[in-house]
Amino acid sequence: MQSTESLFENIRNDFPILKRTVRDNKPLVYLDNASTTQKPNQVIDSITDYYQNHNANIHRAVYALAEEATEAYEATRDKIANFVNIKNRQEIIFVRGTTEAINLVAYAWGRTHIKEGDIIVTTEYEHHSNIVPWQLVTQEKKAKLEYIGMDDNGELILDDLDKILATGKVKLVTFSLMSNVLGTITDAEKIIEKCKAAGVLTLIDGAQAVPHMKVDLEKLGCDFFAFSGHKMLGPTGIGVLWVKKSVLETMSPFHGGGDMIREVHKYETTWNDLPYKFEAGTPNIADVVGLGAAIDYLTKIGMDNVREHEIELTKYAIEKLSAVKGLHIYGTKDISKRGGVISFNFADVHPHDVAQIIDEEGIAVRSGHHCAQVLMERLNVAATSRASFYIYNTKQDIDILVNSLNIVAKVFKL
Amino acid sequence: MSSNADIYHEMIVDYSRNPINYGEIENHDVTFHDSNPLCGDSIDIDMKIDENKVTDIKFHGKGCAICMACSSVLTEITKGKTLEEARALEKNDVLSELGLEHLQAVRIKCALLSLKVLKSALYTYIGKNLEDTGDVDKLKEEAANLY
Repeated sequence: MQSTESLFENIRNDFPILKRTVRDNKPLVYLDNASTTQKPNQVIDSITDYYQNHNANIHRAVYALAEEATEAYEATRDKIANFVNIKNRQEIIFVRGTTEAINLVAYAWGRTHIKEGDIIVTTEYEHHSNIVPWQLVTQEKKAKLEYIGMDDNGELILDDLDKILATGKVKLVTFSLMSNVLGTITDAEKIIEKCKAAGVLTLIDGAQAVPHMKVDLEKLGCDFFAFSGHKMLGPTGIGVLWVKKSVLETMSPFHGGGDMIREVHKYETTWNDLPYKFEAGTPNIADVVGLGAAIDYLTKIGMDNVREHEIELTKYAIEKLSAVKGLHIYGTKDISKRGGVISFNFADVHPHDVAQIIDEEGIAVRSGHHCAQVLMERLNVAATSRASFYIYNTKQDIDILVNSLNIVAKVFKL
Repeated sequence: MSSNADIYHEMIVDYSRNPINYGEIENHDVTFHDSNPLCGDSIDIDMKIDENKVTDIKFHGKGCAICMACSSVLTEITKGKTLEEARALEKNDVLSELGLEHLQAVRIKCALLSLKVLKSALYTYIGKNLEDTGDVDKLKEEAANLY
């Protein structure tokens, strides 16, 4: 059996983009994986193969190609079920990404179930995609949006949740399993336990967690779960919404159109079975196939190995970055409570300036508010720089990042 | 060789540390705020206007070095100008002062945020003081076509 170390050494060969250089002939050091990940040949080839050999519309025609396309599309649904442990494949809905998944829930569940005076609870470290849809639906329904606060260590203050649940008005608690800015891993089991005791539904934004750690939905016991393909080696434009069947059955359709119907008459329509009731129109078949290839790829590596590799990198990065004078890292330093996402600020240099200067060294980091302005306000900063890791990153990548900060220090006379 | 990092020359770094005309004007005649949704840069400009001239101008807010340096330069060149002259300011009037004429596209919004705020402030002021609605519409059209 291959050792973990050699396994990860070989991985880089599967990613053609990692062979290119940027700017002044510098090797690419890609550290923006919380934003989107690069794609291995296996994923790229699966999409090409689909278009070259199997392309047809699904769930309709009876000819050979249509059958192959339908099989390839539905095979990914089964792969997802295995990957995050879902017992019933009818509960898996393909969407464009996590953003669309949450909007679907806000629209198709929220607009049916949220009434005036109800409360929806989110957290201070959410991505805008888990805040704005709830602002829209609570404003429309004259309901309230409340927040679970975050402590200075970047962890949620669960006492806040107890207080809000005690009002008896909470209909849904929605939170990310891993913060896209701080990397904090949420204590989901505790939140869900509290919500279940109060008879409140839970939604988990799994966009940052699913690509980086083993996730077991059966064990978690939430009611809604969303994630995106492009953050886990898959193509852009494809994501997954899972909804517990008993909840899904109480939801109205999201989009009306083809494939989501059973019978359409002039003035009334009956709906197709689950999950097709929520998949109107010709779906993104090729990218569903690509997502299937990404899941195969990650399964082969093993999610526990992925997590172990990232713990190793994160530990190393925190150690090296902490030694840089004037550099401040946000969030907990307890590696067991965080993923491979490190947000930092460097003295008084604006993150945009940091990112631009180190870009000349071939380093891709994100700078800005990371679609988390509520969290930026809580941290009392306008922006941060963020390095985030994945399976193909190495300790050498981190060394290059740390060395590049010397150039920033020189330019800004730190 | 020239690279994008060359934009971080002495003047930019100095202005980012010690911006000029930074602050608020208490009895301003007009103020305007805008931000860049992509990066969170956020700028307010206050102006004192007497006899058709910008007699004082200050800015405050948060931004990267490019944004702060350009805001410093812009407020400096605007001070003392008539409203017509200020209205006629163009992006290169700011960029050339700092050698940023060839700034890459992703950073141009950082550089020009304060110019956008200045123009919006000017139009807000002029609009408020205009009675001739025909001119207001013309101004609005001009403003809409700015960027």
